[in-house]
Amino acid sequence: MNKDTTETLTGSQVVVRLLERQGIRRIPGIPGGAILPFYDALSQSKLIEHVLTRHEQGAGFMAQGAARATGEVAVCLATSGPGATNLLTAIADAKLDSIPMVAITGQVPTSMIGTDAFQEVDTYGLTIPITKHNFLVGSARELLEVIPKAFRLAASGRPGPVLVDIPKDVQNERIEVSEWPEPGRRDPVPEADADSIERAAAMINEAQRPILYLGGGVVHSGAAAQSVELAEKASLPTVMTLMALGAMPVDHALSLGMLGMHGARCTNLALEECDLLIAVGARFDDRATGKVSAFCPNAKIIHIDIDRSELDKIKTAHVGIRGDVKQVLGKLLPQVKSNLRQDWLSRVGDLKASCPLQMPGIDDPRTPYGLIRAVADCLDDSAIIATDVGQHQMWVAQAYPLRRPHQWLTSGGLGTMGFGLPAAIGAAMAQPERTVVCFSGDGSILMNIQELATAAEEGVNVKVVLMNNASLGLVFQQQTMFYGQRIFSSKFKGVPDFLKIAEGFGWQTLDLDTASEPKAALAAALSVRGPTFIHASIDRHEQVLPMVAPGAANKDMIGG
Amino acid sequence: MNSITKTNHEPGQVQTVLELAVNNHAGVMSHIVGLFSRRAYNVEGILCMPVGNGKTSRIWLTVNEDARLEQMIRQIEKLEDVLDVHRHGAGHEVFERVGEFFR
Ligand SMILES: Cc1ncc(C[n+]2csc(CCOP(=O)(O)OP(=O)(O)O)c2C)c(N)n1
Ligand SMILES: [Mg+2]
Repeated sequence: MNKDTTETLTGSQVVVRLLERQGIRRIPGIPGGAILPFYDALSQSKLIEHVLTRHEQGAGFMAQGAARATGEVAVCLATSGPGATNLLTAIADAKLDSIPMVAITGQVPTSMIGTDAFQEVDTYGLTIPITKHNFLVGSARELLEVIPKAFRLAASGRPGPVLVDIPKDVQNERIEVSEWPEPGRRDPVPEADADSIERAAAMINEAQRPILYLGGGVVHSGAAAQSVELAEKASLPTVMTLMALGAMPVDHALSLGMLGMHGARCTNLALEECDLLIAVGARFDDRATGKVSAFCPNAKIIHIDIDRSELDKIKTAHVGIRGDVKQVLGKLLPQVKSNLRQDWLSRVGDLKASCPLQMPGIDDPRTPYGLIRAVADCLDDSAIIATDVGQHQMWVAQAYPLRRPHQWLTSGGLGTMGFGLPAAIGAAMAQPERTVVCFSGDGSILMNIQELATAAEEGVNVKVVLMNNASLGLVFQQQTMFYGQRIFSSKFKGVPDFLKIAEGFGWQTLDLDTASEPKAALAAALSVRGPTFIHASIDRHEQVLPMVAPGAANKDMIGG
Repeated sequence: MNSITKTNHEPGQVQTVLELAVNNHAGVMSHIVGLFSRRAYNVEGILCMPVGNGKTSRIWLTVNEDARLEQMIRQIEKLEDVLDVHRHGAGHEVFERVGEFFR
């Protein structure tokens, strides 16, 4: 505790001060009755800027966008009742993708809790299964402990969302504060077991056909450089989950890109042949593994993860190492022998040559892959790439040349439509020097379209690229492929004029459909700062290929 | 792995007793039983009493053993308010003795 002079402060003022001390400089949210005392205190802060969003889900995803782009804990705010329920999806999304976030919600006064008071909802109960931890605060004094602890928990070990629910009377309660707690920081990482690391190194040294399998944990722990170093030293062909994209540059000679449901044929086939799988910060999600019993059928498994409950959850590891992946890789590296592994690399090279990712139309900006490539050609690696959820997301995951950790913002675990725009806005506010591109779909964009207003107000450097197929494309594709072409509720009968909508919100616009020189038009639009909405029509029969049917083995890919 | 399984009351079903040390405050119990209920994993018996000065409590759970138990224990260990988890065999005397009140 730091000694300061004694001050009499309200619970709200205490929270504002703690957030300032925590280094928080921006908080998205929406006010309401049960959180007005806090807003009143926040209005007096000279350090923290409030971003008034148009929906609490937008606030939650803006916080996520900032946290994903920077790796630091971000905060969002909502009032009780509907404010809190509107936040839930963004919190659940943060839980599944291990994003450090602190959500602060107002609650009805303590004396009214449990009476079905106006705008009372059991926020604490609702958020138990979707947070890493949550608090219902009982007194203003408790805040001095709870707020730093919320930050510590969000950032430590496997990161995740923490919710702090503060009743209105606690926000108003006056207390004397003479000492301030240290800001909550990431706990030191636990020492990983040295014997297991030694055994893992021996397994890597002995393996004939090893593959390195990187997950989101590599990005969270800042272990991208170590992962690439390990791959290079031991000549490990490397696959990435959706969450890990950017950890190894996709054009690195050892990169096999994304594995799983929409991975390239060569990627899934190489996994089929491997004799050792080195899973790093990955959790064997079903979208990555396909039918688990058929995943890497001939491989021994080394599994490194900070969360012990991930070890042996889906696949039993031959060596499971609980630890921070950056630290573990650091210890593993000197024990791993340099190895050229010519046979295996040449076999993988053959697979890459004979069944690479097919990207038809890559040179034509009026096709999905060509559009994504044309956008990439206008940008460098400093750009941030966000997506919504659907076909467009998978095309971007396949085709965008991601080369930097924290470059890629996508809703992996929950797969939440509506994620893209607010996440992009949050990232753009956190890192205003970057260009943030949000690839979205005509279904997804409507799920948080109201945040176009927030973006325009803040003048953020966000470029929405709307891939408009007038349908819920991924659903349309699944009905086409797996439901006897019975297309139902996936084609929109009426499609709004998105460009007029964007214009109405105060965005600059570009219609690629009518541009005579689409590449030049794109380059111009992407180089001007500020919010720009770029519209491109996509044929609804375009498919994301290859595809593994849900529940099928990864070797049974369709198309591509 | 976390598929929904029916509670098995068959004779011969092996049970396990878990002993947990937890912080004593409202909400701890919800966090713990929530882990089981959301996996449709029935908790057969629960006992909870504060210990010492009341800052912590001890919780005893009886559950049927199945393939998910190890994962359940790891999930319980991750909870912030759970200080310690100890696994006992079946027929622990704490439930035998309390059994008197259920006859
Ligand atoms: C909130 C939410 N509701 C429903 C879904 C199921 N879903 C997954 S993709 C998809 C279609 C997305 O359509 P669009 O945004 O237009 O993208 P496209 O697939 O057409 O590129 C739907 C409905 C979801 N992922 N999230
Ligand atoms: Mg669409």
